[in-house]
Amino acid sequence: MKHSTFFWFVLPSAFLMVLFIALPIVSIVMQSLYTSHEQVLEIVESCGPFGCTEETSINQEATQALQAAEPLGKFAGLDVYKDRNHLAFAEIASAWVNADGLPDFGRTLMNLPFYSALVFTLVYTFIVTPLTIILGFFIAVAVNSVAKALKGPTIFLTLLPFIVTPLVGSLAIFWMVDARGILGNGLQWLANDPNLSVKASTPLMWIMLMFYGVWHSAPFAFVVFYAGLQTVNTDSLEAAMIDGANRWERIRYVVIPHLFPLVTFVALIQLMDNFRVFEPIISFAAQAHATSLSIAIFNDLGGETRLLSSAAATSVLTIIGIGILLSPVLVRTYRDFSKPS
Amino acid sequence: MNVLKTAALGAATAALMGTTAMADGHACAITDGRINIVGNEFPAIQSVAAAALECASGVDAKANLTSEHQTINVAGMSGNPAEYTSAIIANSSIVSLINEDVIRPLDDLVAEYGADIPARQLITIDGKVMAVAFMANAQHLVYRGDVLEQIGMDVPTSYEEVLAAAEKIRAMGIMENPVGGAYAAGWNLAEEFVNMYLGTGGAFFEPGTANVSINNAQGVESLEMMKALAAYMNPDYLTHDSNATNAEWEAGNVALMNMWGSRTASLMDDEGAAMEVYSNTVAGGPLTVGDSGNAASTLWWDGWTVAKNISDEEAAATFQALAHATSPALLNDETMSQAVWLMDGFESQPVNEGVLATVAAGASPYPMLPFMGLLHTAAGDNIADFLQGNESAEQALMDIEAAYTASAKEQGFLQ
Repeated sequence: MKHSTFFWFVLPSAFLMVLFIALPIVSIVMQSLYTSHEQVLEIVESCGPFGCTEETSINQEATQALQAAEPLGKFAGLDVYKDRNHLAFAEIASAWVNADGLPDFGRTLMNLPFYSALVFTLVYTFIVTPLTIILGFFIAVAVNSVAKALKGPTIFLTLLPFIVTPLVGSLAIFWMVDARGILGNGLQWLANDPNLSVKASTPLMWIMLMFYGVWHSAPFAFVVFYAGLQTVNTDSLEAAMIDGANRWERIRYVVIPHLFPLVTFVALIQLMDNFRVFEPIISFAAQAHATSLSIAIFNDLGGETRLLSSAAATSVLTIIGIGILLSPVLVRTYRDFSKPS
Repeated sequence: MNVLKTAALGAATAALMGTTAMADGHACAITDGRINIVGNEFPAIQSVAAAALECASGVDAKANLTSEHQTINVAGMSGNPAEYTSAIIANSSIVSLINEDVIRPLDDLVAEYGADIPARQLITIDGKVMAVAFMANAQHLVYRGDVLEQIGMDVPTSYEEVLAAAEKIRAMGIMENPVGGAYAAGWNLAEEFVNMYLGTGGAFFEPGTANVSINNAQGVESLEMMKALAAYMNPDYLTHDSNATNAEWEAGNVALMNMWGSRTASLMDDEGAAMEVYSNTVAGGPLTVGDSGNAASTLWWDGWTVAKNISDEEAAATFQALAHATSPALLNDETMSQAVWLMDGFESQPVNEGVLATVAAGASPYPMLPFMGLLHTAAGDNIADFLQGNESAEQALMDIEAAYTASAKEQGFLQ
C-alpha cells in the first residue's frame, strides 16, 4: 500500500483514537498530578428544621479566588500516588521496619486499600484468564464434533453467558447463591451447615467471582477458537491419523499449534478485561470481601465528595498495570511479525 | 431543636389554616422556562416530583428519580447551562453541591414567590437560603409486637435490650436471626456507624478543624456493639442494604431492626408481607447505646435546591413548581403517611411515630460538614474487615482515620 493511501485510510480512526483515547489519558495524567486547592474554611450558622447550629463551611469566594488563579489546582507531583490510598510508600516503609516477620508484613500490606485491590485483581486475572482459554478451547473442540443439525442451537446456548448483560447474568447467579436461593440452600444442605453462606465468606466469594468470570467469558474464547478450528488443515489431520495418532495426539500436535496465535489474541483481550474486573463485584455486592482497581476508581467518584485526583491516579496505575501484564505478549507478537518470512 | 415537634403537634391549628391555603391553590401553571429534577427514589419524593411536573405541564419538564442520584447530580449541574435545574437532596448531600458551588441562593426567589413557605422549611447557611426542606427522616427501631409479646419483653429502648431480646427470641426458637439492619458494606454500614458513634456521645472531628478523632473509647464501643448485633443478623448482612433488609422483614425473618422512617409505611401496608407480619409491625423510638443516654440516630431532612448555572427564567419556573409541590396542596390521604412532612397541614400517622420520637429524643442532625462525606466513605470501606473478624476495632478505626486523612489532604481540607 502506498504511504499516502495508508495515511488517508487510517486517518479517521487515528483521529478518533486521539480524541477518545489519547487525550483523556493525557487529561487523567494531568489530573493525577494536581490536587484541590486548600479549602478556605469558616464557621457559619446553619439553620433548618432541627434548629440552628454552628457548622464549618467552605468560604466559596476565597476558594474560588484560589481556583481562578490556578484553575488546574495545586501541583502535587506524585503525592497522590504516594499517599496511603494508593502506593502508600511511607506506610510500607514503616511496616517493613516494624513487621514481625513476613506474614505480618503481608497482613499490613493487605490492609492497605490499593494493595488489597491489586492482589484480588491479579489473582482474578491469573486464574480466570487461563481457565477461560482452556474451557473455551474444549467447548470449541466439543461443539466442532457435534452433529451438523444440532450445531446451531448448541452454539447459541454456549454463547448465552456472553450475550447476557454482565449485570443481569451476575445478579441471576447472585440470587441463586443467596442463603435462601436454590444453590445457596443446596450448598448448606450438602455441607450440612445452616450458617454457611457464600456471601458471608471471603474465600467462597472469591471463588464465586472467578467462577462467574470464567462462565461469562468462556464463550468469547470459544467463538474465536471455533472459528480457528474451521481453518485447520484437514490434510495434516488425515496424515496424522494415518501415522496412528489418536484424537488427543491430533489435538496436541496439529490443532493446538495451529491455534496458538489465537491463544495469544484471546489471552491479550482477556488479560485486559480481567484486570478491569468491575461488574461482578458490584452485582454480587462483594465489596466487603473483594475490591479491584476499578472498584477503587468507582468508589472515589461515587462518594458524596468526588476524589478526582485519587481516581485519576488509580486509573494511571491501572494503565501501567495493564501495560506490564501485556508486555510479554506484545513483545512476542512483535517478534513474530518482525521475523523475516 | 424541637421546631419540628411543635410543628407536628400544632398540626391541628395548621390544618385549619391549611384549608384556606389549599383553597387558593397557588395558581400553579408555569408557562415559561424549563424544569428538570434529579433526586432519590422513594414514595415521598415521587409524590413531590409528580406534583411539580403537574404544575409545569405546559413547558419542558422532566424528573430523573434514581437511587444513584448522588453520582449524577453534581455532574449534571456543573455544566452551563446545567442539565438539571433542581436536585432533591438531603442534609448530607447538599454539602457536595455547596462545595462544588452548583446551587444558587434562593433569597430573592423566596421573596418573590415563596412568601408563604414557613421559616422551618428554609435551610439557611450563613444567612442565605440554600434549600427548601419538605420532609424529615431518621432511623429508629421497628419491631414485631407479637414476637415481643411472645417472649414477654418490653419494647427495647437501648441496643443492649435489643441484644437481650434477640438472644431470647433465638433461644426460644422463634427466629434464627431476629435482628435486621442495613449493614451493606459502603454507605449503609458507615451510616450505622455514624448513628452508633453519635449515640455513644463521640465527636467525629476536633472542634473547628478537619482533624478526625474517632480512634477512642466511643469508637471502639460503637464497633463492638455493631459486631454484637451482627451476630444476630442473617449471615449475609454485609450485602444487605435497606431494600434487602426490608425484604427480610417482610418475609418474617426479622423481629427487631433499626430502619429509616421513610420506609416504615411500606412495611406496615399489606403489600409484600403476610398479615401476621405487617399487622404486627410497629415503629418504635430511637435506641440508645451504653449509658450516654443519647439517641443512636441522626436526623435528616430532604429538600430541594435550584441550580446556579441556569437562566433566571428557568430558576423561577423550577422554584415555583417545587414550592407548589411542597406546599400544603400536596397533602392528601395518600401522601399523608409517606413521610414526616414539614408543611403546614401535616397530621402525624402511626408510621411516622418513630421519626417524631427520634426528633423528640434530641438526636443530632447528620453533620453538615464539607469533609463529612470523606469520613463516611472511609468508614464504609474499612468497617467490614472488623465485623468479619479480620482485625481489631482499634485497627479498623486507625484505618478509617488514615484513609480519611489521605483523601482530606487531597481535597485540601488538611495540609
